[in-house]
Amino acid sequence: MKFGVVVFPGSNCDYDTYHVARQVFGQPATFLWHKDHDLRGVDCVILPGGFSYGDYLRAGAIARFSPLMREVQEFAGRGGLVLGICNGFQVLLELGLLPGAMLRNKNLKFLCEHVHLRVENAATRFSNRARRSQVLRIPIAHFDGNYFAPPDEIRELENNGQVVFRYVDERGRAAAAANVNGSAASIAGIINRGGNVLGMMPHPERASEAILGSEDGRFIFESLIRSGKPGPRRGMAP
Amino acid sequence: MIDAKLLADHNLTQDEYARIVELIGREPNITELGIFSLMWSEHCSYKSSKVFLKRLPTKGKYVIQGPGENAGIIDIGGGLAIVFKIESHNHPSFLEPFQGAATGVGGILRDIFTMGARPIAVLDSLRFGPLDNPRNRAIMDGVVAGISSYGNSFGVPTVGGEVYFQEGYAKNPLVNVFCLGLVRKDKIFYAKAEGVGNPVLYVGSKTGRDGIHGATMASAEFGKETEQKRPNVQVGDPFKEKLLLEACLEVMDRGLIIGIQDMGAAGLTCSTTEMAAKAGNGIVINLDLVPQREEGMTPYEIMLSESQERMLLVCSRENMAEVQRVFAKWDLEAVNIGEVTGGGQVRVTWHGEMVVDVPVSAVVDLCPAYTRPSRRPEVPPAPGSPETPPPPSRLGQVLLKVMADPNLADKKWVYRQYDHMVQTNTVLLPGADAAVLRIKGQKRALAMTLDGNSLYSQIDSRAGGRIAVAEACRNLACVGARPIGVTNCLNFGNPEKPEVMWQFEEAVEGIAEACRAFEIPVTGGNVSFYNDTEGASIYPTPVLGIVGLIRDIGRLVGPGFKKEGDLVVLLGETREEVGGSQYMRIVHGRETGPAPALDLDAEKRVHEVCIAAIERGLVRSAHDVSDGGLAVCVAESSILSPAGLGCTLDLDESVRVDALLFGESQSRIVVSLGRSRLSELRKLAARKKVGLSVIGRVGGHDVVARRAGRQFLRDPVARLRKAWEETLPRAFSVR
Repeated sequence: MKFGVVVFPGSNCDYDTYHVARQVFGQPATFLWHKDHDLRGVDCVILPGGFSYGDYLRAGAIARFSPLMREVQEFAGRGGLVLGICNGFQVLLELGLLPGAMLRNKNLKFLCEHVHLRVENAATRFSNRARRSQVLRIPIAHFDGNYFAPPDEIRELENNGQVVFRYVDERGRAAAAANVNGSAASIAGIINRGGNVLGMMPHPERASEAILGSEDGRFIFESLIRSGKPGPRRGMAP
Repeated sequence: MIDAKLLADHNLTQDEYARIVELIGREPNITELGIFSLMWSEHCSYKSSKVFLKRLPTKGKYVIQGPGENAGIIDIGGGLAIVFKIESHNHPSFLEPFQGAATGVGGILRDIFTMGARPIAVLDSLRFGPLDNPRNRAIMDGVVAGISSYGNSFGVPTVGGEVYFQEGYAKNPLVNVFCLGLVRKDKIFYAKAEGVGNPVLYVGSKTGRDGIHGATMASAEFGKETEQKRPNVQVGDPFKEKLLLEACLEVMDRGLIIGIQDMGAAGLTCSTTEMAAKAGNGIVINLDLVPQREEGMTPYEIMLSESQERMLLVCSRENMAEVQRVFAKWDLEAVNIGEVTGGGQVRVTWHGEMVVDVPVSAVVDLCPAYTRPSRRPEVPPAPGSPETPPPPSRLGQVLLKVMADPNLADKKWVYRQYDHMVQTNTVLLPGADAAVLRIKGQKRALAMTLDGNSLYSQIDSRAGGRIAVAEACRNLACVGARPIGVTNCLNFGNPEKPEVMWQFEEAVEGIAEACRAFEIPVTGGNVSFYNDTEGASIYPTPVLGIVGLIRDIGRLVGPGFKKEGDLVVLLGETREEVGGSQYMRIVHGRETGPAPALDLDAEKRVHEVCIAAIERGLVRSAHDVSDGGLAVCVAESSILSPAGLGCTLDLDESVRVDALLFGESQSRIVVSLGRSRLSELRKLAARKKVGLSVIGRVGGHDVVARRAGRQFLRDPVARLRKAWEETLPRAFSVR
C-alpha cells in the first residue's frame, strides 16, 4: 500500500504520519506538496493533522482551495482511499467529501489527551482489523473537534453505519464526560457512503508504537494495508 | 535635539550618553540614539549582570557553543547535537497575557531554528499571583492560551514545566520559555555576516510599528501608567513562523546560506549589528527595501520595530536567486536589503539619505558593564512566634490540604491545553519528574526539566540557586538521565537596588557552585531584571533548565507505583527541617527559613545510585522528594500509579512528625522495587555511601503512615487524587 501524505503550509503531523507508514509499517510513502497536481500513484491519500494555513478563517477552510485538492477529490470520486486525521478531517468537511462541520470544543479550550473510542463499524477498509465495539485508546489534540450535523443528517449517518468511531469511557460506555469536545452523538470519526473516505479527530499516528504508551492506532493503518491487498473486499454493512 | 527627557525616555543615563558621543565622535541623531538605547538596554547588553555571569562554568568536553550565541549547543554523539535555551517574556505577559506569552514562545523557537535545529520540545516555567484573585486568573488564562496557541500551531510539543503561585507575582507574572532543538552537527549555523559584498536578505513578515521599545520596556520598572505600554507588545503569527522554520531549514539543509540571525528583541537593529560584529565586518542596508506593513514609517520606527517572525540572512550572490525561490515556495518574501561591507560600520540609508553611520563595535561590544552596589537585605521578621509551631493532630486532613494547594495540585488543566505529543517523541507525558523524548531510531533519549524555588531564594538566595540546580539534576536522575547541559533564566527585581543586586550575586554564586559540583556547563540563558511594580520586587527567582541523556530508553521508569507488594525505599536522609517548606506556608502561613541544607557531594551520590538502579532494571518507579516532602512524594506516586496503588509506610521515630512527612530535606528519592532486588540496591547504595531505608510497601488503595506500629495517617488514594485534581479546574470553572 503506497501512502501519500499531503503537506499543506501549516501541516505539522505530516512527518509523524509519514514515519508511521514508512518506519513502523514499512510501506512505501511519499509527501504530496499541496501546490502540485500529482498524486504520484499512491493508493491512499492521508490529509494529516496540523494547522493548515494557520487555521485562519476556519479550520480547513483555506486548505480546501489548495491546487492538489482537485486531484484528491477526483481520486476519492474514483473510489481511492482518503484518510483525514484531525485537521485533515476538518479539510474533508470543508471539501464536502464528508458531511457536517466542526465547532469549538465545548469547554472552549484546546484539548490534548488520550481518549477512548469505540469501534462502531468494523467492516470498513479503515477499521477491519479491529472488532466491533472494541475500545481503542488514542490521543486527541484539537481546538475544533466538536462535530456538528443536523439531527436528520446524524440519523442518516447512524443508519448507514457511517459512524465508525465514537467517544466512550474506558469501559466502552457512552458517557457525557467521555465526550470531551461535545460532539453530536459523541462522533469521533465518520466515513462516506462509498466507504473510501474516512475522517477522524483522534491521531492514530500518535498511538502506533509501544514506547508512546498505546498501539491502538495501528488498527487503522493495518486495516488500510490489508484492504489494499488483492482479494475480496469487504462491503459497507455495519 | 537630544535633551535629558529624551535620554530618560530611552533609559539612557547622562554618563552612557557621554560615552556614546565619545565612541562615535559626534552627537547621535534620533535613529542612532534609538539603536544605542536598545542595544545598551539591560535586556540586550546584560550590563548589570555580565560581570557576575562570568562566574558560571561554561566549558565542557561536549560543549560546541557556550553563551553568546542565540542558544547553547551540546554534542550528544552520533553526529547529533542539541540546541537549547530559556528566555523570559515577563513584562509583555503582564501587559497583554495572550500575545505576551505567545510571542515569548515565538522568540525562543526562532533562537533555536536560526542555528539550524528543528525545535522538538518546549517547557515553560510560569509564576502568577494567587488564584483567588480574578485578575490573576485572567492573566494565567491568557498566558496558557497564548503558549497553547503558538506552540500547538507551530507544531512543537510543550512537554513540561512548572507553575507556581505567590502574591509577589500578581503584578509581575513570570513567563519563562525553554526550547530544545535537534541538529546534525554539520548543519549548525551561526549569526555571522561573512564575505564582504555578500547580499543581506530580509525574510518573513513585514515590519510594522508593533513592539517598538520592547527591549527597553523590559529594562525598567512598571509604574501605574503601565497600561499605556500595551502597544509595545508584539502580536504573534505562529503560522508565519512555521513557514519560516520550514523555509530556513530547507535553505540551510541545502547549504545555500552563510549566516542567519532572527529578529527578536531589538529587531533589525540587533540582527544587523550583531551579525556584522560576529564576523568583524560592517553592514549597509537600505530601509526603502524593507517590506513594511504600514505607510510612513520613520527610520527610527523601522530600525526599532519588534515585529515578529522575521529573520536576516547572508548568502552568496550566486545562491541568492535559489534562496528566494525556496522562500517563495513557502509563500514568504526574501528581499535583498543590503550587503556585507568591510570596515566595521553599520550604515543605514533611507530615501537616499544616510540615517545611521556608527561603528558596529560601539553598539555591540562597548556598552558599559556595571558592578552595581550590593547589600545583604535585612531578613524580614517572621510573623508570629520564632519557634516552629507544633505539628497538627489530624495529619490525614493536612495531607489533603497540602495536595490541594495550587502549588502542589495537578497541572493537567494547563498541560491539556498544550499539544504535548506532536512529533511523536514524547515518552513520559507531562506531570512526571522530567520530560522524556525519544530520538527516533536510537536507544538513547533526552530528558529535560525546569526548576526553581523562589521561597528558598527569598530566604537565602545562594541556597536557592544551589537547590534549583540540585533539584533539576535529581528530577533527571529519577528518569535515569545524566545531566549534560544547563541554561538558566534569572528573574530578579531592579538591579539598581543594592539588596536585589546582592540576591543576584548570591544566586549566581549558588548556581555556579552546584554546576561545578555536577560538572555541567552553562551554555546560555537569560537575565530578567526590573521585575518590580510600584517599587516592590519579586522574590528572586532563578529558574534552571537542565538537559540530560538517557542511555537506554527501554529501562525508563516513571514516578507511579507499579506493583502490589513492592518495597518503598528512601534513598538519602531525612533531617529535622521544615524551614521554607510548602507545609509551613500552607498550614502555618509562614514563609520563613532556614532553607534546607544541601551537601552537593551527597546529592550527586544519591543521583548516581538512582541512575544505576534504573539502568540495571532494579527499580519500578522513582520520584524525587521536593515541594511538600515525603508525604506528597508518596501520595503522588500512588496517584500516578496506573492501578491506583497506595502504600503503607513505617517511619522513623527520631524525627519530628511534621518534618518527617512534610519537611523538604534535600537529596532524597523514593523508589519502589521487588523484594528480590533489594540486596543489589543496598550494595549500590553502600558503595556510594548513600543512606537507604526501606520505609514501606506498595499495596492497597490508601496511603498509610505508621510509627512504632501505630497508624497516624490514612488517606484513600481516590480522595487524594480528587483533592489534587480538582483545584485548578475549580478555580477556573465559571462562577
